[in-house]
Amino acid sequence: MHFWIQGFVLTEFATISPKRMAMRRFLSHKAAVVSCVLLAVMVLAVILSPLTARYGVNEQVRKPPNTFLPPQKMAWFGTDEIGRDMYSRLIYGIRVSLIIGLFSALISTVVGCVIGAVAGFRGGRFDDVVMRVTDLFLAFPFLVALLVVRNTIGGIGWLTAIIGDKSSPRFVVFLLSFFGWMGVARIVRGQILALKEREFIEAARAVGATRRYIVRRHLLPNSIGPIMVALSFAVVGSIIAESTLAFFGYGPQAGDGGTSLGILVGAAKGAVQSGYWWIAVFPCFALVLISLAINFIGDALRDATDPRLERGE
Amino acid sequence: MLRFTIRRLGWALPTLLLVTFLVYIALRLGTDPLASYLRANPRATKVKIAQYKSVNGLSSNYVLGYLNWLKNFVTFNWPRSIKGSREVWPALKDSMVNTVRLGSLATFVGVTVGLMVGMFAALKPGSRRDVTVNTAAFLGISIPPYITAVLFQLLFAVYWSRWFGHTLFPTSGVYPPGHTGFDLILMLKHMALPTIVVAIQIIAVYSRYMRSSLLDVLNSDYMRTARSKGISERQILFKHGVRNALIPVVTIAALDIGSIIGGLIITENIFAYPGMGMYFLSAFDTGDFPLLMPWMVLVVASTLMFNLIADVSYAFLDPRIRLD
Repeated sequence: MHFWIQGFVLTEFATISPKRMAMRRFLSHKAAVVSCVLLAVMVLAVILSPLTARYGVNEQVRKPPNTFLPPQKMAWFGTDEIGRDMYSRLIYGIRVSLIIGLFSALISTVVGCVIGAVAGFRGGRFDDVVMRVTDLFLAFPFLVALLVVRNTIGGIGWLTAIIGDKSSPRFVVFLLSFFGWMGVARIVRGQILALKEREFIEAARAVGATRRYIVRRHLLPNSIGPIMVALSFAVVGSIIAESTLAFFGYGPQAGDGGTSLGILVGAAKGAVQSGYWWIAVFPCFALVLISLAINFIGDALRDATDPRLERGE
Repeated sequence: MLRFTIRRLGWALPTLLLVTFLVYIALRLGTDPLASYLRANPRATKVKIAQYKSVNGLSSNYVLGYLNWLKNFVTFNWPRSIKGSREVWPALKDSMVNTVRLGSLATFVGVTVGLMVGMFAALKPGSRRDVTVNTAAFLGISIPPYITAVLFQLLFAVYWSRWFGHTLFPTSGVYPPGHTGFDLILMLKHMALPTIVVAIQIIAVYSRYMRSSLLDVLNSDYMRTARSKGISERQILFKHGVRNALIPVVTIAALDIGSIIGGLIITENIFAYPGMGMYFLSAFDTGDFPLLMPWMVLVVASTLMFNLIADVSYAFLDPRIRLD
């Protein structure tokens, strides 16, 4: 209803550009605006971790006994099994998880766009092969495919020089991008297939534009909405996938005092049985908050960039 | 219709063979079956090793090795597990029964509740209850299943007994340790929490599908026609509305089986539920090739089968779809 009224008012200003219209629609999605602010605060806190974290990632809050202290002034979110501050570790953990999520989402979106665009525009044999390959991968439960491929490409010697050891964050980024591009490729392909037959493409072809030019100047910019939405959902997907892997002990390893949201949530698995609620609740809450915020933003982006959705939804 | 089904069935077998071949290669590269065999049996004799290699089809030529494995698999001449030399089929069967039990219960609860909630929301779009349902579904999608599981464990394993002095829902296994025989109530109590964890995901997804699907149907022209004929609102909703809205939802239900299996793996592991998820993770940890291959075949075959059911039922439910 809300959007409908908004759209109605907007039609009276015939001069408003689509970009500004999308912006306005985005801003009218209150949850998304709140999410943006929240994410901005989180990113700032993570970037300024020398200031915001109270202890080092492996630093103990005080001399023993310091293990499993409940939340208190000295350690806001309590301490873990070797007396480290959960609040500071959470900040470092979010940093690693956000970096992994962002990079693997970016890589898979770029790769997915290129492959999806070529498959959709060219059609034919290439299109068939790409779609069959995605079907094949979708026939597996995601976690199983992830674990098997992790071991397979982790065992190839010369690859480790490029993408790092199985336990490094770089490897996790690569692994998640390896699976991430398929979803994006499908979306972009569908979009391109729908756009390809439109009149303005025909017009461009009629005045002699090359294929490359048409894809780059017309087809991709016109699919930017769905691509952005796919990107935002890819970020959430990667963060959750990373934490799932880490939860089962197959993610980036905690060596060198490194940590990630997944490692922290994974540590919660053992701690809850003993009733140390702070070990479980804070990392879980942070993960849910991040995934909720990005999902809201993706939802608002979809509403903002898809003019057909204006009325209902 | 029949021709379409037969053609799809004809494609299923080559696909299955291709996928199992890929799985065979991936597992051989990924888990290194020979090394894990030697790790589990450090004092194996040369004869034993050769026997292990031949019965598992582990020759250096992948195609020949696969064919060899396939022959043994089809003739039910399955190799024993590398650790403790156990029979594979009984272990696989037990875990399968447990998982099908948990999975079908969770799917039943999830789909029923999800459809009803989605219907409930779609009847009054934009109302407060619609917004509530949407927000709840959004929360359900955003929270990964293992987080719900961990929080449930915290609540039920620790705090419930601390506050109320008794255990309401146990948080691990199917029966308490040492229990023998069949006890439905006890089993359901153990299954309650894993079921809820998996069902929450399903409810969140299906309520959204159902809502948007039913909204589409309710806004269509034939609904207006039905109303103008003077049929009661109730009949309109169920005979024309819900029936048509279910068409896309059914397809998605069958296609979703992969993600349900994924959710089950995670949930089973956390609640120590002896199903296929536990089976897979423990076999994967030791790199147990004889245990892993049949599991993979089973999972891939069931996924392909549900995809097939989705395609055929879609064509069956909606005659407008052209099959070629």
